[in-house]
Amino acid sequence: MNTAAAGVTVQMRVNGTAETIVIEPRKLLSDVLREDLRLTGTHIGCEHGACGACTVIVDGAAVRSCLLFAVQMGGAEITTIEGIADADGTLNAFQQAMQDQHGLQCGFCTPGIVVSMTAYLADHDDPTDDDLKVALSGNLCRCTGYQGIINAARQAAGLPLPNAGGHQ
Amino acid sequence: MSAQLSAGRYVGQSVKRLEDPRLLAGRGRYVDDMQIPGTLHVAFVRSTVARGTITNIDTAVAAALPGVHAVYTAVDLNPRVQQFWHTMLGPPPELGGVSKYPPTRPLADGDVRFVGDPIVLIIADSRYIAEDAADLVEVDIDVLPPVLGIWEAATDAAIVHPELGSNVIDHLPMPEVPEVEAMFASAAHVISRRFRQCRASNVPMEPRGIIVKYDQFAGDMQIWAATQSVSEWKSSAARLTGIAEPRVRVIAGDVGGGFGLKMMVTRDEAAVILAAHKFGDRPIKWIEDRHENLISANQAREEAIDVTMAVTADGHIMGAKIYFWEDVGAFPAGSGATGSMAMGVWPGPYKFPVVLPGNTAVFTNTCGKAAYRGPWMMETVSREQMMDHVAREIGMDPIEFRRINIVTAADLPYTTCMTMVYDDSVTPSETMEQALEILDVTAFRAEQVAARAEGRLIGMGLAVYMEPSAIAFGILSSDQAIMRMDITGKVSVAMSTGNHGHSLETTIPQIVAEHLGCDIADVVLVQGDTSSSPMGPGTGGSRSAVIAGGAAQTAALRMKDKIVQIAAHTLEAAPEDMEVANSMVSVRGTPAKALPFAAIASMAYMMPEALPADMEQGLETIARYRPPGQFTWSNAAHACTVEVDVETGMTTILRYIVSEDCGRMINPMVVEGQIAGGVVQGIGGVLFEHMIYDDSGNPQATTFLDYLLPSAPEIPDIEYGHIETLSPSIGGYKGMGEGGAIGSPPALANAIHDALAHLGVHPTRFPLGPSQLLELIRDA
Repeated sequence: MNTAAAGVTVQMRVNGTAETIVIEPRKLLSDVLREDLRLTGTHIGCEHGACGACTVIVDGAAVRSCLLFAVQMGGAEITTIEGIADADGTLNAFQQAMQDQHGLQCGFCTPGIVVSMTAYLADHDDPTDDDLKVALSGNLCRCTGYQGIINAARQAAGLPLPNAGGHQ
Repeated sequence: MSAQLSAGRYVGQSVKRLEDPRLLAGRGRYVDDMQIPGTLHVAFVRSTVARGTITNIDTAVAAALPGVHAVYTAVDLNPRVQQFWHTMLGPPPELGGVSKYPPTRPLADGDVRFVGDPIVLIIADSRYIAEDAADLVEVDIDVLPPVLGIWEAATDAAIVHPELGSNVIDHLPMPEVPEVEAMFASAAHVISRRFRQCRASNVPMEPRGIIVKYDQFAGDMQIWAATQSVSEWKSSAARLTGIAEPRVRVIAGDVGGGFGLKMMVTRDEAAVILAAHKFGDRPIKWIEDRHENLISANQAREEAIDVTMAVTADGHIMGAKIYFWEDVGAFPAGSGATGSMAMGVWPGPYKFPVVLPGNTAVFTNTCGKAAYRGPWMMETVSREQMMDHVAREIGMDPIEFRRINIVTAADLPYTTCMTMVYDDSVTPSETMEQALEILDVTAFRAEQVAARAEGRLIGMGLAVYMEPSAIAFGILSSDQAIMRMDITGKVSVAMSTGNHGHSLETTIPQIVAEHLGCDIADVVLVQGDTSSSPMGPGTGGSRSAVIAGGAAQTAALRMKDKIVQIAAHTLEAAPEDMEVANSMVSVRGTPAKALPFAAIASMAYMMPEALPADMEQGLETIARYRPPGQFTWSNAAHACTVEVDVETGMTTILRYIVSEDCGRMINPMVVEGQIAGGVVQGIGGVLFEHMIYDDSGNPQATTFLDYLLPSAPEIPDIEYGHIETLSPSIGGYKGMGEGGAIGSPPALANAIHDALAHLGVHPTRFPLGPSQLLELIRDA
């Protein structure tokens, strides 16, 4: 491909593995993760930083990978959705809560939500119910009406679930 | 709160979803995740003009860009179309059918007809290069004034599609019935309103996408697509290209939502299919970006209904006249018109002695109309708001007005004036009362009085509807289950369905395990691949629980019957003396005389001589299920409370309650998830989402910063009530996937109306965002 000719060599660590890749300077981090590193769990929902589907953790902070160029990542430590669960597939507390609380339907926005909330819960010991909703406000979901996602966040944060009289 | 049936081992249980672990770990298989070596990438050049004549297209510079492989215009692709119509709707008149379609043109040819109209298709090494090339294409367009607005388009002063001669695609004049006119003349109250929705976009979080590989030497076409129906796409690709249909294979892995948008092949996808057919050999991939999605993926809800209702002095409905107006844009899926459906179900849960319908659907120079979750739902939006408007005007509580006119158990079976038959399995009155009980109307009214004394505006709204689920016409009428027990005693069931959020990978195994008598872990649903799945309707239209579930249940019962026969033959017992549980067939009362499924399956495949003499070797069953009615009616009532900030016009939803009767719930957790998703889409359509065009036909909401989707902080915890009344379909299931989106817009609008009515504000159109409400309050 002709893009490699104009490429820049970048070293980064992704999900604990050192990667050295030659990147076209204009290529978005989201595209490099998906195409060059084959980490297709990072989804692209808007390419303008609004939907949150492409969220990854860069040096401890949850960021929108569609708003970053991959060449900015020299020396960075990146965690994508593929790096959240244990290697044997054991889900983390928020991922498990998402299954328990039916926090996903089509699953397309799910990686961004898992990454965002995993980062948030790692940084916040004692969130309130409203804090959790605000923390989720940067991730759009079109399937669930947020009900199961909010309940998953509550479960993972140790907050009570509403007794809405339904199946629970 | 519930009136629920007892659950089985699996059916009726909130089984956690089997599809979740891979999706939660980032190992889904969406179309853009397919990275096939050698893939080339597509970008479109689209019209920036709503209506105009193309005077020149210069692609030379783009074609010369390194990395560009092909630049196609209408001349290259449009003549390749053999046929372009949808199985779901049937062929057009010129091919012996009755369905209406917009003109068949994958790429714009000679003129452009909406902003977003695809003009040029570019194939390049990467999407980046394809977009570079798109920027280098020169398109000259002589701009013409666009046809915009339902009533303006209906005058035919200018024509969207000159070859059709008129903008009116669907029209039913309202019948003139002297007896009805006399009835209206004699009525104590005759009240008229025009209700309008605003244009919305389905907005699946995964935009559209397709990969097409045509192997010209074998003559085979393989397609990976974000689609709700692989059968529909397989047939469409074969019709478009002329390739023999068995040589086309369509695969849908995980699909990131559809909501109606991904049911049928649209022009963009047709162009990619035709381009790949012409180009040959290499996989050709088009992944829609969000800008394209918001301007050129079909949209919905640009519609209005004029209602005139006649009511007696004591609040009994005498009848209504309804006229449905629809803007179907330039290139809808089929005619786009939903008038006949919307008018047919318009009476909903109430006893209307007569309803006179009329409708007009028009083309405009805007993005075409899609099916969107409850495509006919304008009937409930208009009827449920009208119930409140009428009640207020005749001085009656909207709840009491509904109680007087609603279909109750004593009325069943009930045939509406539009000839819809409600058998004894519907419960509109019961769900309404359950929702009101959860709400506690008395307590709310006291709270409302106290709030008003403090200058706060709070209100409650109600909406009741009948959902015509599992609509059974044409290809949509049935689905098939092809069930195979393998040699280990485990089961696969292949269906036409797909995974775009409906949880069928869990709920179909629940049904099969329940009725076959095995562990759910031993059942795998195979779907979304035409090489293994049967021809069928796919997933959409709230049909899968009834139709796919019915087929799976029937196939499981047939499988069980064959297993029992083999076991009985081997154990020298009568089949009627056998019982099945935990993947084991045993002689009732003699548990020692038993055979596990694995042993029976081994015999079925490997020991044909041990089978009953007339039995076919192997262990496969096939069942195609078609429900007994054209509709399997479910019903629900929504009740919500809101507070409107008089300073900002902002609405806050305080409580949201849904009482639903979807028959036997296969998985209550999944049912509630479907309700919630629909409710919030409906809320979006009232408060946030508005796909608006300016006077030149330019879309004004082209990013998620302009097209506002609901987000977590705006949404309250939804409260659920369930009533389970068995439907006449096998298993007693009813569909309910669209209802949430049908009931919530009018429930929310009625709550806002209730909060503001004492100020003289009586809303009739969406959106009801802050600026609209402030204007209504100011003008009152």
